[in-house]
Amino acid sequence: MKNPQDMEAIFANAVRPSAPATATRINWSPYLTGIGIGVLSWIVFVVVNTPIGITTAISQISGGMASLFVGADVVAANTYWAKNVFDLDYGTLFLVGTMLGGLGSALAAGTWRIETVPRLWAERFGPSPARRYVVAFIGGIILMYGARLANGCTSGNGISGGLQLALIGWVFFAVMFATGTITDFIMFRPKTS
Amino acid sequence: MFPITGTTSLILAIVFGFAFGWLLHRGNVANYGTIVRQLLLKDFTVLKVMLTAIIVGGIGVFLLVQMGYAKFHIKESDLLAITLGAGLFGIGMALFGYCPGTALAAIGAGSVHALVGAFGMILGGILYALTFDWVSQAILPVWAMGKVQLPQLLGVGAPVIFVALGLFVIAFFVMLERRSVKPG
Repeated sequence: MKNPQDMEAIFANAVRPSAPATATRINWSPYLTGIGIGVLSWIVFVVVNTPIGITTAISQISGGMASLFVGADVVAANTYWAKNVFDLDYGTLFLVGTMLGGLGSALAAGTWRIETVPRLWAERFGPSPARRYVVAFIGGIILMYGARLANGCTSGNGISGGLQLALIGWVFFAVMFATGTITDFIMFRPKTS
Repeated sequence: MFPITGTTSLILAIVFGFAFGWLLHRGNVANYGTIVRQLLLKDFTVLKVMLTAIIVGGIGVFLLVQMGYAKFHIKESDLLAITLGAGLFGIGMALFGYCPGTALAAIGAGSVHALVGAFGMILGGILYALTFDWVSQAILPVWAMGKVQLPQLLGVGAPVIFVALGLFVIAFFVMLERRSVKPG
């Protein structure tokens, strides 16, 4: 039985035989990237009158998916989903675009590959994809519940709220950074063996 | 002419989303290691990207609003909900290793664990909607400050805040870059 890293390498080579061992083109300067996102904000504020944001549209998708499990009537009767109806509108299509942007950039840079267990995780928690998936899934639940309670995520509150000097943006930024740092310091504390 | 609505705006949603995802991936922030190393204070890429975007975006949007080409979109500062929500968000981001936007770009770039976490996010959204009636009564009204911006709160103009913030952030970046070139 081959280990997952070997399988990943085989898969990556099968997809793109000429993939370079070290990818350099995905490392744009963070300052250039930040300027790019800032300029994109100027454009979206003027052209579509909608700040960059992600999680409102994810809650619309939650409503769409929930109707498969709890029934369309329960979703229709819910006060939150009544305000965030699932539709192929600007918000949900922006999510599709974001995913395609990651795909396009990775393909153009020649770095597209299946990643089941990232290296930093594997060094600390081992190569098991199942363990990584369980923690990613639980993390996703907590992340999204928090984003809805705070009415936005890193994009909608942190960047779009922050750049408008909205109080909500800066409180969000500071608090999420604090709890995130504490949590990862605990998770990645030195092993006492 | 602007803002554009209707079907054209749906095409623009894909175009602008694509640009955002491309930037997140090229800036190396649609990456588990980059985000976790930021939270471990070993790599400051995420803060560099966010603070640069906030200052560049903020000055431009402020000027566009002044000139009448854009409008602010300020969300309500329901401070208890934001504090609790941001607290949970940070814990979730530390476990998941992505935030929502970077997770989507990472899914496009081939991250299977980002896709698994995205299903967790959908479940999280379902749980929020199912508890929303309670949340909206018990939590949202506590310390609800309305649509507050820092200039109103602090009693100084936005330009003053941008200058102060800009100087602070530049000093912070210079410190980071000096530290990163030191050997060892």
